[in-house]
Amino acid sequence: MIKFQGVGKEYPRTGIALSHITFHVRKGEFVFLTGPSGSGKSTILKLVFMEEKPSHGDVRVSGVSGRGASRREIAKLRRKLGIVFQDFRLLEDRNAEANVAFALEVTDTPKAAIQPRVHRVLAQVGLASKATSFPRELSGGEQQRVAIARALVNDPFILIADEPTGNLDDRATRGIFQLLRGINSTGTAVVMATHDLDLVRRADCRVIELNHGRIVYDSAETPVGAPEAEPERAPTGDTA
Amino acid sequence: MRLATREAFTGFRKAPLLSTLGILTIAFSLFAFGLFALVALNIRNALRTVEERVEIRAFVADGTSPEAISTAMGDIGSFPEVLRVTYVSPEEGLVRAKKEMSEFSDVFESEFLPGSMDIRLRPGFRDPTTVKAVAERAGTYEFVDDIGYGQEWVENLYKLRTLATFAGLALGAAFALVAVIIIGATIRTAVLARSREIAIMRLVGATDGFVRMPFLIDGFVKGVLGGLLALGMTWFASETISRSMIRTEFFDTRVAVLGVIAGALIGLLGSLFSVGRHLKEV
Repeated sequence: MIKFQGVGKEYPRTGIALSHITFHVRKGEFVFLTGPSGSGKSTILKLVFMEEKPSHGDVRVSGVSGRGASRREIAKLRRKLGIVFQDFRLLEDRNAEANVAFALEVTDTPKAAIQPRVHRVLAQVGLASKATSFPRELSGGEQQRVAIARALVNDPFILIADEPTGNLDDRATRGIFQLLRGINSTGTAVVMATHDLDLVRRADCRVIELNHGRIVYDSAETPVGAPEAEPERAPTGDTA
Repeated sequence: MRLATREAFTGFRKAPLLSTLGILTIAFSLFAFGLFALVALNIRNALRTVEERVEIRAFVADGTSPEAISTAMGDIGSFPEVLRVTYVSPEEGLVRAKKEMSEFSDVFESEFLPGSMDIRLRPGFRDPTTVKAVAERAGTYEFVDDIGYGQEWVENLYKLRTLATFAGLALGAAFALVAVIIIGATIRTAVLARSREIAIMRLVGATDGFVRMPFLIDGFVKGVLGGLLALGMTWFASETISRSMIRTEFFDTRVAVLGVIAGALIGLLGSLFSVGRHLKEV
């Protein structure tokens, strides 16, 4: 589903952001990307939704290669990816319903199909009663739920979340994480970049840790019977 | 298309000041160009009026038979460069001379002037070379005593016309370029004001064509409105000048419509360029 093969990414001004990244995310997996700031988490996500092209190696997402995909192919691919950011990226002048509907409108969804789908996902994220509220009238957690609803409305097979709880308090963080787990349980793969090691420890999910643009730990590759990893680098195995 | 139109008008509604400023910028840029075009049009018309006075006079020897003159006039009239040939008798010549040079009217007598064939040339054949060539051909008739066409005057007029044409083209191109740059910058501001929306559109899978469409509609509408406003302002300026200073001629309908279409095209191309550049950057 997502395949990184020997991927490197260099920027002309800031130098190497990623090097020798190889991993594979399968259908329905929940993967945390962790690591300090500047370790390359966001760059990996940008490579997944093809905001960036790899400098070396190849990234394949649902068969589309990050090296050779046209802008049109990338647009088509993004319709099947849900993308969520720390800063929500909502349109301030539209209410929750319109923000979610926007994702369908720009992809030429028939008008009759838009309303029921928008209401379904708003209900799924627990915001059915706030459909007509504008972002400024919603809390951070609620705004992130709207962003998740917008990401879900096209029935994505992968949900990409870049620090989705970074701006939220503990309670809202738990709520958003539960929501993402629920989405994952329906078969949607989730790749979530986070700093929140407590959250990572509490979840029984795959963890890929990055440092200085390299993968330093991937729980999917930890050999059976191997010694348990350092606590600040790996989850404890507790479920959320 | 329906959504693109809605998005374009949402842009107008969301940022009415920016949109109005955009339309006004387009209008004033086109107004500056329109004023220049108006001046150029009136100078051209004035020169054309003067040019119409370019005339070759072939003076006919006394005693030439009317048949010979008539045959020669038929020949000369068939030259492709010639618009018409008129015979002016000595008596008519005297009346004209007295009218043209009234201060000498008392010294003119009817025997003083010969009859002449007055040759007018078609537009486009009033340059010094053609005038001279036609004059020389008309001078080959035996009964033609002398030829007059004010060689120096024709040459100076031609130089003035050439200068006016080149200056007009250069200034017109400069005005048009400035208008395109200002309008492009205005539209770029509108694109940047909606960069967040563009980023979200791309994030959720909108194609570049889809992202571009509302901006193209926006640029087209602003171009048409700016063009109409500029046309109105130019008309008002032309009327004011006509009433208070000198009678001026305004653009005919075809040119006026072309002006508005040019405004629309500049708006459309400015948007295409600005949003295209923005999409390359994101």
